Amino acid sequence: MGKVRKSKNRVPAISTASLPDIVFMLLFFFMTVTTIKDSPLLVENELPLADQIKKLEKKDRVIEIYVGKPAQEYTKVLGSEPKIQLDQKLAYVEDVAPYVLAELAKKPDAIRNLVTVSLKVDKNVGVGIVQDIKEELRKVNLLKVNYTTYDGNALAQMK
Amino acid sequence: MPRRKGAPEVNAGSMADIAFLLLIFFLVTTTIETDAGLDRMLPPMEPPEEDVVIKQKNIFTVNINKNGQLLVEDELMQLKDLRKAAIAFLENGADGTCNYCQGRKDPASSDNPSKAIISLKNDRETKYSTYITVQNELVGAYNDLRDREAQRIFGRDFTEMEAEYLNPETASSIRDDLKDKVKRVQDMFPQKLSEAETTSN
Repeated sequence: MGKVRKSKNRVPAISTASLPDIVFMLLFFFMTVTTIKDSPLLVENELPLADQIKKLEKKDRVIEIYVGKPAQEYTKVLGSEPKIQLDQKLAYVEDVAPYVLAELAKKPDAIRNLVTVSLKVDKNVGVGIVQDIKEELRKVNLLKVNYTTYDGNALAQMK
Repeated sequence: MPRRKGAPEVNAGSMADIAFLLLIFFLVTTTIETDAGLDRMLPPMEPPEEDVVIKQKNIFTVNINKNGQLLVEDELMQLKDLRKAAIAFLENGADGTCNYCQGRKDPASSDNPSKAIISLKNDRETKYSTYITVQNELVGAYNDLRDREAQRIFGRDFTEMEAEYLNPETASSIRDDLKDKVKRVQDMFPQKLSEAETTSN
């Protein structure tokens, strides 16, 4: 056993003492950038595919509206008609305008006219309810909308 | 009495393992999501002061029924042919003033890209994915034309220039330069997409 030590020109072992520090640094990085989804989805939300898309850059300039059939565990209570989810609760079409205005009021003055409404609509929903929401948004003069989609071949999904 | 030893040193050898475990957990659960989608401007609520008369030939009507079938200019059409048809309509240039159009100059179709309007009509029952696909194809038609012109004038794609212009990380000097270019190409083929109210029959 002792002879192993004697073998000449052994590369000294690399010190792993700072390994925990490095890993902790990475860990803290990921902990800070992670955004755990704050609003649990009450509706099914499988977005359609499109490829002519633009990115929604800043999160603070976006108001989200979810539309879809109630999630599986709620279908017994809520039926299977498409519903609108604002923040954390389900709402009716009439609630969209007050909600959007309330959200808008929370934003700082400077970015108020840059706010985009992101419509996250399940791909199996009829266009009618989306049309109603758009009508509500027009009433409160919020005209920038973004039909949020996944990136993908739009034509392929029709088959 | 023998001298008391201090508290025994805690072995920190497994610290790395614990940290790795946490790290891997966060790596797996993190989804750095950036949303993307089709940008649209809704028409304002107030109707325009006076009714504008638009020639029928300058309107490209697209109807979607509740089964997802397309009626384009009163003819049944497949989704995959829509983009081509829209491009042909947009750059028709019947009045001859559009010198960059490569259309057929059909007198029965649009006069000029700046006058050409695409009108989209859909049923309330139309599936959202169909609606998005149609919108995507129409936006695609505009983007194809703009890309072609941008490629001809500036040697790069319009979509690429626009993305760089909209990206907040781009330096402002580059952005100012891009702004004019983007504007110029946009004005060559202004996006005029009108959506009528949905019908329920």
